[in-house]
Amino acid sequence: MGLSACGGGGDDSAASKTVRVTLANHVWTEDIKQALPEFEKQTGLKVEITQLGEDQLSDQYNVKLNAGSSDIDVMMYRPLQEGKLFAKNKYLADLSEQVKSNKDWDFADFQAGPVEATSYQGKPVGVPIITEQEVLYYRKDLLAKAGLSAPPKTLDELKAAAAKIQAAQPGVAGFVARTGKSPAVTQFSSFLYSFGGDFVDDSGKATVSSDAAKQAYAYYGGLIKEHGPANVSTDMSWPEAMAIFTQGKAAFYTEADSLYKNATDPAKSKVADTVGFAPFPAGPAGSKPYNVPSWALGVNDSSENKGNAWKFIEWATGKQQTLAQQKSGVPSARTSVWANPEGTATYPKDLVEAIAASTKDGVGHDRPLVVKVAEAREIVGQPIVDAIAGKDAAAAADAANTAFQKFLDDEAK
Amino acid sequence: MATVTTPARATGGASETPDTPGWARWANEHRKWLFAAPAMIFVAALIVFPLAWTGYLSLTDAEGSVRAESEFVGFRNYLDVLSDTERFWPAVGRTATFTVVALLFEVVLGMAVALLLWRPFKGQKWVRVAILMPLVATPVAVGMMWRLIFDPNIGLANQVLGWVGIGPQPWLAGQHSALPTTIFIDVWQWTPMVVLILLAGLTSLSEEPQEAARIDGASTWQRFRHVTLPLLMPTVIVAILLRGIDALKTFDILYATKGRGGGSFHEVETLNVYAYGLSFDYNEYGVSSTVLIIFFLIIIGSMWALTARRKEAHR
Repeated sequence: MGLSACGGGGDDSAASKTVRVTLANHVWTEDIKQALPEFEKQTGLKVEITQLGEDQLSDQYNVKLNAGSSDIDVMMYRPLQEGKLFAKNKYLADLSEQVKSNKDWDFADFQAGPVEATSYQGKPVGVPIITEQEVLYYRKDLLAKAGLSAPPKTLDELKAAAAKIQAAQPGVAGFVARTGKSPAVTQFSSFLYSFGGDFVDDSGKATVSSDAAKQAYAYYGGLIKEHGPANVSTDMSWPEAMAIFTQGKAAFYTEADSLYKNATDPAKSKVADTVGFAPFPAGPAGSKPYNVPSWALGVNDSSENKGNAWKFIEWATGKQQTLAQQKSGVPSARTSVWANPEGTATYPKDLVEAIAASTKDGVGHDRPLVVKVAEAREIVGQPIVDAIAGKDAAAAADAANTAFQKFLDDEAK
Repeated sequence: MATVTTPARATGGASETPDTPGWARWANEHRKWLFAAPAMIFVAALIVFPLAWTGYLSLTDAEGSVRAESEFVGFRNYLDVLSDTERFWPAVGRTATFTVVALLFEVVLGMAVALLLWRPFKGQKWVRVAILMPLVATPVAVGMMWRLIFDPNIGLANQVLGWVGIGPQPWLAGQHSALPTTIFIDVWQWTPMVVLILLAGLTSLSEEPQEAARIDGASTWQRFRHVTLPLLMPTVIVAILLRGIDALKTFDILYATKGRGGGSFHEVETLNVYAYGLSFDYNEYGVSSTVLIIFFLIIIGSMWALTARRKEAHR
């Protein structure tokens, strides 16, 4: 069974001429679909794309990869969410040989943080395609109306500015962000780091009940409770929170920069003209946003078409494609593309500055780095929703810490 | 085939002759099994096997990947699940609440609408079509639609309430109002099905008992209570049975409106949603199978109780 995999990208003449690629709904995917004919012409291969929403994609992988199905060759996956689980279950093929096979493609060009996140036990099992940093989205017009000349630089200033705008503009919330227990965790992480906390300490102990963490929970939840939209739901992920912001119903919004097109595209946003971007505001420990690879491409270990699967990845993550992607608004993991003025020419100027600040001091994870991420997120996310609902954030953090420690102990077994 | 080409045998008909080959004789003797075999294999492959596999998984500690090695742990999962007061029992409670309340409204409303539509009137056809509309909509689309309507900030429901001077309600976003709101959606979508079943039952009732009651001077209510309802009882129980099993298993509406885990506080997490989360979010296949087996037993149990009741009503 394993013999066919030993070729390492060699002769695949027996393999199918069709590469089956499963991708998530993303700007990146739309771009790649546009460029596909070029790849098909170059290689004579045919590419079959299955495109799904994030949750459906995870479910699909769970079912198909669990069954050892070979009908997925290339898979787009979330290294921090599913990477460890997939690698541990041996769903992802070892790409050590492939990444060295082409000097021009240049694996060393990829940023170190993202590469580490797509490696398992020191071996690359994926190639990062999209990176993400958290930035502050804000409404220039509302700031001006409230007499504020510049976006807030600290979390204290953010709270004051949100209160001021909310008071001046009835019907507009001062602040909005994700509120769902699990989806909020990643965007909350920058608040946690900026208060000086983290999910786990160096010795692997749960630290979500540290003083810093308690402050961060109370701050994030309090900001949404007091200055967020009225009757706020505790189920919001980015589409819901983004909708409130782009409908003109909120002044500030902390979110991943990779989603910025949703706010600046006039077809999707009522406030496209007045959106500004700023680096993540500093807390007691400074401004410490996450800087992570949100998506990567991997090869299904059960695929019988690994050689051609790699050909697709090599093309899709090559310098030329990556530059084109970044020009259309997808932040990449390639150093050379960020260094190239062309690579940032299409970005709003303030966004480029905000991203630069994030990549400098950014933290390499935006959620607990464990195998069962979904479960861990629900545990450490509980105090967020408790704080939003007006419950005691400190008590919730203590309870979450106990549960999280037990979770970590179970996983270490 | 040989029988066709040999004239001597063509007249023999279906009966066996000493020349009939062995396999044909065997097939003839066992034809009831032979004809039923494809269906039985089909059922075994698609129902018995998955069920048995789930039963087996529920006795193991399978997690992460079902292809990974797992250990046989006996009934430990069952003990864990049955002693879990944080997620499992509240989910059982919500499943029961959701089913009983939704069913109650659906049957009462369904009965009322069916009685209204029973006697012919002008435009009846159009009214029937309109009332049956929700039934043909996809539950996920229905969930999305109501989610938009019930949005606390930009939804239509709160706007309408505003016109009559009532303040905005949290609807699906509220910790205590989420479950009632999903029940409302279920009632909206599935009452028509109850109407359909009851209407079929009403139409098949004979006129004589009604007439006799009318001649005896029974009022409309008396006729309904003592004539129509008892005669219709078997149909009512069929409606409760079909709709009840469906309501117990509801997943689409809950998932489309509140997402994974039935919301951040598990506001609408029923057994089905819980089991789904256990396997698809947590990859805890062993525990998830345990919940599903228990859930399966609950459904079988309630179905059995209802069928017993139905037999009584038939008597």
